[in-house]
Amino acid sequence: MTITVPVTPVARARERLLPAYFLAGVLFGIVLTKGELASWFRIQEALRFDGLYLYQVFASALAVAIPLFWMLERRRVRSLVGEPIVIAPKPLGRGRRYVIGGTIFGLGWGVTGACPGPLFALLGAGVGVIAVLILGATAGTWVYGYLRPTLPH
Amino acid sequence: MLEWLHRPWPWYVTGPLLGLVATGLLMIGNKQLGVSGNFRHLCAAVFPRNVAFFKYDWTRSGLWNLVFAGGIVVGGFIGGALLASREPVAITARAHADLASLGVHDFTGLVPRQLFHWSALLTLKGLLLIAGGGFLIGFGTAYAGGCTSGHGITGLADLQLASLIAVVAFFAAGALASHFLLPLLLSG
Repeated sequence: MTITVPVTPVARARERLLPAYFLAGVLFGIVLTKGELASWFRIQEALRFDGLYLYQVFASALAVAIPLFWMLERRRVRSLVGEPIVIAPKPLGRGRRYVIGGTIFGLGWGVTGACPGPLFALLGAGVGVIAVLILGATAGTWVYGYLRPTLPH
Repeated sequence: MLEWLHRPWPWYVTGPLLGLVATGLLMIGNKQLGVSGNFRHLCAAVFPRNVAFFKYDWTRSGLWNLVFAGGIVVGGFIGGALLASREPVAITARAHADLASLGVHDFTGLVPRQLFHWSALLTLKGLLLIAGGGFLIGFGTAYAGGCTSGHGITGLADLQLASLIAVVAFFAAGALASHFLLPLLLSG
């Protein structure tokens, strides 16, 4: 399959930014591990209501991100590529996909104690068997894609 | 001497940095922090077959996200191996007792080794936990269109109702699974 995409200046700028995304990923991976968000113990502590750590992390992350996001959008700041920063609203529809999908994901999160970001961080931390978990998640996504036309959204 | 580099970070360092990573991605290239989209990009790149959900130009919309995930692996190596904490995790005494009652006794590292070990795949319960848990994560995040970062950070930071619904759903289901499914999977 070949798709010819015209090489526009924006497309070229996008490719130049790949190292920046890589570095952002490295920083995110360090935050997930040193901040123990990739810790099975910390996730279970939160989901079993035995401690506040995860809730404090989420609350303080949002306390920082909510005003910054609001400012970026309101002041129509442009990204390094030159595009205006816009966060497209997630279509709500009847909301069923968020309830059902969120519930299915939550069941997997509760038993494994890991969500997608930490999965990649744990792989880097040397927990080899996580590769099987990532394969399982990819298979789960594939089956969702296959069944998608028949599922309520 | 560099002992402090190995110490885990407190919540008031971790949380704000998380918020800054999400903001930084928007400022770099108008990208929204999210990781679960990578499972879709992997499907689109490797095995799209004739499934409409995977028929899109992943090099255009997904390459940055896959590169970002590659960065997370490297960051995980730095934070979870090179600078790994040398002490058992400092969860609350209540969490410690709670998990010990489920049979978890080694609190060092990021995950209990007894559970996340290749040999775990040889038992039905271990296989269910690892491969089955992974399947649910991939199916659910694709269905909901996001995970703890995409909905939990990006969506909530943008005050989106859809994300709030997803977050409430996955916290509730996560608590149920941890209370009722996990003990079944951990019992002898």
